[in-house]
Amino acid sequence: MITLQSIYKSYSGIAALKSVDLEIQPQQTTVLIGPSGCGKSTCLRLMVGLAPPDSGTVMILGEEVNSQTIGSLRSKLGYMIQDGGLFPHLDAEHNITIMARYLDWNPERIQQRVGSLLELTQFPRGALHRYPIQLSGGQRQRVSLMRALMLDPEILLMDEPLGALDPLIRAELQSDMRNIFQELGKTVVMVTHDMGEAAFLGDQIVLMREGEIVQKGSLQALTRHPENEFVHQFINAQRSPWQHLEDSLS
Amino acid sequence: MRIVILTAVILNIALPLLAEDRHAVQIGSKKFTESVILGEVISHLLEEEGYQTEHHQQLGGTRILWNALLKGEIDAYPDYSGTLIYEILRQEDPMDMTGLRDTIEQMGIRMTDPLGFNNTYALGMRSEQARTGEYECISDLREHPELRFGFTNEFMDRGDGWPNLQKHYRLPQRSVRGLDHDLAYRGLEAGSIDVIDLYSTDAEISYYDIHILEDDLHYFPEYHAVFLFRESLLDQYPDLESILNRFAGDISEDQMIRMNAGVKLEGRSENSVAAEFVAAQLGTEIGTVDKSGWDRFLVHTREHLTLVSISLLAAIIIAIPLGMLAVRHPGPGQIILGVVGIIQTIPSLALLVFMIPLLGIGGPPAVVALFLYSLLPIVRNTYAGLHDIPAEIHESAIALGLPAGARLRLVELPLALRSILAV
Repeated sequence: MITLQSIYKSYSGIAALKSVDLEIQPQQTTVLIGPSGCGKSTCLRLMVGLAPPDSGTVMILGEEVNSQTIGSLRSKLGYMIQDGGLFPHLDAEHNITIMARYLDWNPERIQQRVGSLLELTQFPRGALHRYPIQLSGGQRQRVSLMRALMLDPEILLMDEPLGALDPLIRAELQSDMRNIFQELGKTVVMVTHDMGEAAFLGDQIVLMREGEIVQKGSLQALTRHPENEFVHQFINAQRSPWQHLEDSLS
Repeated sequence: MRIVILTAVILNIALPLLAEDRHAVQIGSKKFTESVILGEVISHLLEEEGYQTEHHQQLGGTRILWNALLKGEIDAYPDYSGTLIYEILRQEDPMDMTGLRDTIEQMGIRMTDPLGFNNTYALGMRSEQARTGEYECISDLREHPELRFGFTNEFMDRGDGWPNLQKHYRLPQRSVRGLDHDLAYRGLEAGSIDVIDLYSTDAEISYYDIHILEDDLHYFPEYHAVFLFRESLLDQYPDLESILNRFAGDISEDQMIRMNAGVKLEGRSENSVAAEFVAAQLGTEIGTVDKSGWDRFLVHTREHLTLVSISLLAAIIIAIPLGMLAVRHPGPGQIILGVVGIIQTIPSLALLVFMIPLLGIGGPPAVVALFLYSLLPIVRNTYAGLHDIPAEIHESAIALGLPAGARLRLVELPLALRSILAV
């Protein structure tokens, strides 16, 4: 589906990715996780063509990503970032439909598609004419998700999509997104730094550190057979309130 | 579509304004009442003789009028012998009328015989102050360095103006301000200045009770009023010379002061004052339309809006793409921003003086100057507006798959618009 082969990428002399090889499985959710600066977002930016690799190749759906192919490939990619990246001068509906209108879809087709997306994301139709600034954080992410899904792409690329949300809204969106991913059967690549989110949403987890992949596999594989001490520490670093409660009771 | 309609509307207003009737004799006048009255006198006189005329009132100072005459942008205007000798020809020594006539004839310019009055420069102060301070003549000023002088800007740097006057009389005064002639009288009356330059035919001299300081060291040359016209005009209209000479010797100093007073103190128009004089001289009747202040306000407002619309529209068409270019290519972008920034620092008067030889007088240089001055704010705001778009918005648009042109049209320009319109 998506493969990164021997990718090397640096920003002004500082290596962000060092010889990364990665294969993303179709119709699964792959979560890229790791500490800040580990290169997880850079991987995603390479896939969506926002940054070219210094060496190595990125293949998507059997095509190499380069300046010639990226234009047509982007219609098969949905991209979503933290806090939505919505266009502030357009209302929710126009944000969602901007690409479809650019591609001259007829209005009925657009309306039909928006209708099914509203149902899918449980977004209130009445809020379609609000501008991003008039929407709550959670609503903004739902609009951003609808925009990413509008052209029905095979692949969804998401960079910390829930990073800016408070815990309640975040939990709600996490379960909604899991349902959506399962229902649609999309290939999803998501970047997060939250191990709980990775565990909840990810079929595959790719743990990265300092521009390299440390270990990849299912949550069970990472928990039961950690490659090294770092994997063990990272998985267990997140504090759980229950753990805290147990400690104080004993 | 909206832009097409807007352009059509603007051109519809603009074209009749900017069009000139080239068959009419083009008359000019300087930016003061007497010059405008004399311009109107030429106009009425020629029209009574069956010519068509067009009078471009208050075109500017002496240099602008003279150059316009040389270039054929105007055909005739009133001027003064002293101005021609010392300001235009930059002569050090006096010159008689015959010498002056011969000199300018070699430049293709003819002049009439003197009209009669000598409108010389003079220095004046309030009569009361002159009495108490016992000021009789200009030499008396030498003992009072504390006196405040207020002179017209033209007088401040003319060859026959303040710099040489100061040397000639060895005047010690330091407080010398340049200001508008009409304001000078008010300043004198209010006591904020003590001495002003004036023309000996000014209507205000008796109105404000002003004492004229005697030119005891004979500094000021004579300023006999004459009409100037292009020699080449005689090929087309051979009798023009004798017509323009009709009033030679007929306009006395008193007559000119009365006409000036008609405009400045009685509030009549230059047109009607001049018409009355010409009609009396020729023994005919001339009907005049006295335009009200409101009519003139409307005419000038319309002219102003036309000039601004044309120049602004042109500036928008040029400056927004320049701003976009500057964002996309930072290297040349800095050069673009630098060049439009430099244009902005050129004083408007200098820009106009520079452009008049290239474009003539009237609408075109004003439009070009306004256009050039509009460039910087629009280029800079376009640049700032586009440059300040957050990276994630920019990248979202790319990642969605919008090509560069569509990104600009659908996302970047609409977002930058608020900043561009903040000009």
